[in-house]
Amino acid sequence: MSAAPYLRSQAEAEAASLPPLLAHAEHLAGTVLLGEHGRRRAGMGDDFWQYRPVQPGDSLRHIDWRRSAKSDAQFVRQREWQVAQSVMMWVDTAPSMLFASEKDTPQKADRARLLALALAILLIRSGERVGLTGTELPPRRGELQIMRLAEVFLRNDADGEIPDYGTPESRAMLPHARAVFISDFMGDFETVQMALTKAADRGVMGACLQILDPAEEDFPYKGRAVFESMGGSVSHDTKKADDLKVRYLERLAERQAALKDLCRTTGWLYGHHSTGQSAQSALLWLHQALERRA
Amino acid sequence: MIFGLPIGFTAPWVLVALIALPVLWLILRAIPPAPIRRRFPGVVLLLGLTDEDTVTDRTPWWLLLLRMLAVAAVIVGLAGPILNPQTREAGSGPLLILMDGSWASAPDWDARRDMVTALLDEAARDGRVTAVQRLSAPEPLLFLQADAWKSRMAGVVPMAWAADAAVMAAFAETLDAADEFDTVWLSDGVTREGREDLLAALQDKGAVRVVQTGRGAMALMPPGYEDGKLVMTAQRSEVVLAQEVTALAIGTDPGGAEQVLASLPLVFEAGAQSSENALVLPSELRARLTRFEIAGVRSAGAVALSDDSLRRREVALIAGREDREGLQLLSPLHYLRQALVPTADVIEGALTDILPANPDVIVLADVAVLSEGETAAMIDWLENGGLLLRFAGPRLAASEISRTEEDPLLPVRLRAGGRSVGGAMSWGEPKSLAPFDVESPFYGLAVPDEVTVTAQVMAQPDPTLAERVIASLSDGTPLVTRKAVGQGQVVLMHVTANAEWSGLPLSGLFVQMLDRLAVLSAVGEEAEARLAGTIWQPLKVMDGFGRLQDAQTLPGVSGEVLAEGRAGPDVRPGLYRAGEQVLAVHVLDAEAELAPATWPVSVPVEGLRGAVSTDLSGYFLAAALVILALDVVASLFVSGRLWGARVAVIALALMVPASEGFAQEAALTSAHTREMVLGHVRTGNREVDDIALAGLRGLSNVLYFRTSVEPEDPVTVDLETDELAFYPFLYWPITPDQPSPSREAYAKLNAYLRSGGMILFDTRDSDVARFGASSPTGRKLQKLAAGLDIPPLDPLPEDHVLTRTFYLLQDFPGRYMSRDVWVEAAPADAEKIEGMPFRNLNDGVTPVVIGGNDWGAAWAVDTRGNTLFPVGRGRAGERQRELAYRFGINLIMHVLTGNYKSDQVHVPALLDRLGQ
Repeated sequence: MSAAPYLRSQAEAEAASLPPLLAHAEHLAGTVLLGEHGRRRAGMGDDFWQYRPVQPGDSLRHIDWRRSAKSDAQFVRQREWQVAQSVMMWVDTAPSMLFASEKDTPQKADRARLLALALAILLIRSGERVGLTGTELPPRRGELQIMRLAEVFLRNDADGEIPDYGTPESRAMLPHARAVFISDFMGDFETVQMALTKAADRGVMGACLQILDPAEEDFPYKGRAVFESMGGSVSHDTKKADDLKVRYLERLAERQAALKDLCRTTGWLYGHHSTGQSAQSALLWLHQALERRA
Repeated sequence: MIFGLPIGFTAPWVLVALIALPVLWLILRAIPPAPIRRRFPGVVLLLGLTDEDTVTDRTPWWLLLLRMLAVAAVIVGLAGPILNPQTREAGSGPLLILMDGSWASAPDWDARRDMVTALLDEAARDGRVTAVQRLSAPEPLLFLQADAWKSRMAGVVPMAWAADAAVMAAFAETLDAADEFDTVWLSDGVTREGREDLLAALQDKGAVRVVQTGRGAMALMPPGYEDGKLVMTAQRSEVVLAQEVTALAIGTDPGGAEQVLASLPLVFEAGAQSSENALVLPSELRARLTRFEIAGVRSAGAVALSDDSLRRREVALIAGREDREGLQLLSPLHYLRQALVPTADVIEGALTDILPANPDVIVLADVAVLSEGETAAMIDWLENGGLLLRFAGPRLAASEISRTEEDPLLPVRLRAGGRSVGGAMSWGEPKSLAPFDVESPFYGLAVPDEVTVTAQVMAQPDPTLAERVIASLSDGTPLVTRKAVGQGQVVLMHVTANAEWSGLPLSGLFVQMLDRLAVLSAVGEEAEARLAGTIWQPLKVMDGFGRLQDAQTLPGVSGEVLAEGRAGPDVRPGLYRAGEQVLAVHVLDAEAELAPATWPVSVPVEGLRGAVSTDLSGYFLAAALVILALDVVASLFVSGRLWGARVAVIALALMVPASEGFAQEAALTSAHTREMVLGHVRTGNREVDDIALAGLRGLSNVLYFRTSVEPEDPVTVDLETDELAFYPFLYWPITPDQPSPSREAYAKLNAYLRSGGMILFDTRDSDVARFGASSPTGRKLQKLAAGLDIPPLDPLPEDHVLTRTFYLLQDFPGRYMSRDVWVEAAPADAEKIEGMPFRNLNDGVTPVVIGGNDWGAAWAVDTRGNTLFPVGRGRAGERQRELAYRFGINLIMHVLTGNYKSDQVHVPALLDRLGQ
């Protein structure tokens, strides 16, 4: 038997899931693109930005004679700054992200991929280079990169034992690039700390978006229960789950505060998103976080 | 028996396990409910947290109780609980199951049969041979394997009589030859003579055990007749409680079907043995009575048959000579009146007034001549079964009637003047009566010596005289002669009806003779004398359950035996006939009394065990299952997993079936109120209904295409359940076997017809039959329409508005082409005006159109619009179908617009179209 049917069905399955994610991401990106403008700074680029009076040091080549002829002063025509930024993303794909408390709330991983891809679309449309942290998919520009990203997001590489909680990938970060980490940050806090400090060392700034399920934020459980992590590696037995609620929420707040602190010290931005809310606000926040003047 | 309850256990030791319940309680209490496993990424945040409340979350007490109950039910169920356990020791040796088998055991015969079957089962288990015996129909004792008897039990039914002392004695004698055996006696609970002796004989043979119900027996006594009222008496054997039963008077309705004519409550006071109530029935109803029965009691004893004794005959008395006022004892009618009034309805008056009342008997006392008209009317009446009883007298003797030729209203020719014997001016002695001949209806009556005859009219010797004489004097001269006229008869007493010519009217024989002539409808005291010498043929006899069966094959019974009034195998309760008279033999005669059976103390008496030992373990185990199912729900609830979808599913499952019907019906009805809908009446014949629906579909389509009438899809209308007011037009195909609508449906239909609805009746048979009752469907139509308010009908006249409501038509073909289409008749005063093409007819819509052209089949199309049935041949057939559609359109237009097209305004246009 040839591998062709298998390949074919795989391909079809892949192709079937790709368009919805892409379409969703495009759609989501479309809502943000409207009304957005360029860099709003003079710089290298193709688009006209402004005329400014000639200052000492300006080369004669830069004088716009057509504009200068209209008045007594001479003007230099500036183009909008269009230097391409590299944005690297890390999207947590650990099993803990596969959690969804209700049938109609999406998995955290789904939401994370959607946000990442939509952000990538936005950035690529505005000429940035987008890639993933690590060595798998370095930042590139162009529409094709969107496809590559989507492909990587949808790849199901569940080979071998995957730890329940993800650790941020901070290798091969370009200096002074931008980075986006999307995760539930439920895993080991040390790794996050290491990754962020390493990034700060390289001058990489960016945003952390913590995605949580509503159940993780509210802890609506009661009665006797055994809580297990998604892979079953960690479990906790309680006789009265409702008793734990307050203390759980305290701990969650603690962790969020720690994360926020870490972000502040490293110059990153900390965002927080619940899968119960719409993806659009999160995308808007992400986009604006990256717009931030470096 | 446990705690006084009739419950036993097959494995009582299992109940010891109940001790474990408290232990189980403690264990269950100690074990918390099973934890729920939840996937939860946030668990890392929980690590290290300890429960503040270290006590386990306890199972609620009611849940524990529920589980305890389930376990207890299982334990009890496994212990094999049995209701009414049999604790009796197994017997040995032959077993005789003796049943009274009388009418009194019929009401609970099924229970008795179950009891016998259970006894047979038991005997089979113990390996005993058994015999089943009915005292009412004793057979030689036959001890067989119990299984053999079981297969025969279906044929063992109660008899309509009970064993008397003689039968019991005879049976007791047959026991002598048998070996030892035990006896179970299923008694009917009514005391009987001779039972003690039989019991003693049985006890000689072995142990005797008696089984009888506490309900006792109940019987309806022969109905009596007092002061114009029917007196019903019921008796019962158990007298302790007050009780009320209903006696039903059942008779035939004019159509011959059986019907309850009246019902009568019979109230037994506490302690009262009998109850009596009187019923007044019009004589017409009384004449139709066939029987009385106690409602709900299935026994021959609860049925009282009605015979001649309840029929009051109407007797008309007419005397010729009423001139001697004040001398009542000499009145020719005095003795007759005395004899008749207690037992018959006597009417007196002029013959012309009496004849239309159609009395059973007319008595003419010394009336000689009737007018020609009266004679003719009288002969008519006789031919239809009347009985004319004439008495002689001076007038008859003096008249010239029946001298040379036999008068039609006299049985014999008479000699002039009559004769007198034994008087002061004559020789011989007064004559006495000769004994009655065997052929005579009076045979068997005793002739008293004191009855003498001093004068009589004499019959002329004729060839037919000998056969017409039914009583004669000792010298052989006829005293009573009779001849048949049609179905009736003329009887002439050759003496007067008063005591002038003979002592006969003074004697009891006179009444008996009248009785034998069926003039009287009396029964009574001298039943023996009345019945002596007669042979009665059984007409119908009752079985033990009180059902009447044909009895023409049974041998006749002599009157003497009947007179004893005791029912038995030879005289079965039922109706017997002799000549014109019908006599009922009842299970109990009028003097009989029901009394509860009493048994010696030495005999154990048990009740009839209705449900012989029911095994209850199934119920307990089922209860355990139900409780466990409840426990599932309760556990879910306790652990917080009973939420959302599950509750909704359960609630939905409970709610859904209730509400659906209403919504559908309401939706359907409201749809029919929005648009016009054609309907056809459901006939119950699937094929015909389908064709009718398809026909209306075709007609609806054609209406839609051609006219501004745009009907919805047609519907099938059920007359019993549907509201008719929404359908302006109903098509009713007739099938020979469709059920007639109920009374309510008829009321609905009539309201529908009166308020402007139209029904098209279609007998669908005009290819083979004409309008009328010549075909099965025609006859069915007549039957169906009998209850409808239908005006006089006419064949559809040429100028009827149906011929021009939309199309101009003269034929109304369907699948067949008959011109027999009938509609409401035009009013008599409708006149044709000169120059007008049609009469100025009535307003309104004809409520019915009746024909047989099978329009439905001609109109019928399937859902794609293809016609379903061929009509005619070729193009002519297509034309005929077209005309059928046009007729349908005209019909609907007529329904919807009434006589609009009869309006004279249309005349010029119509004249133009008609080419005049």
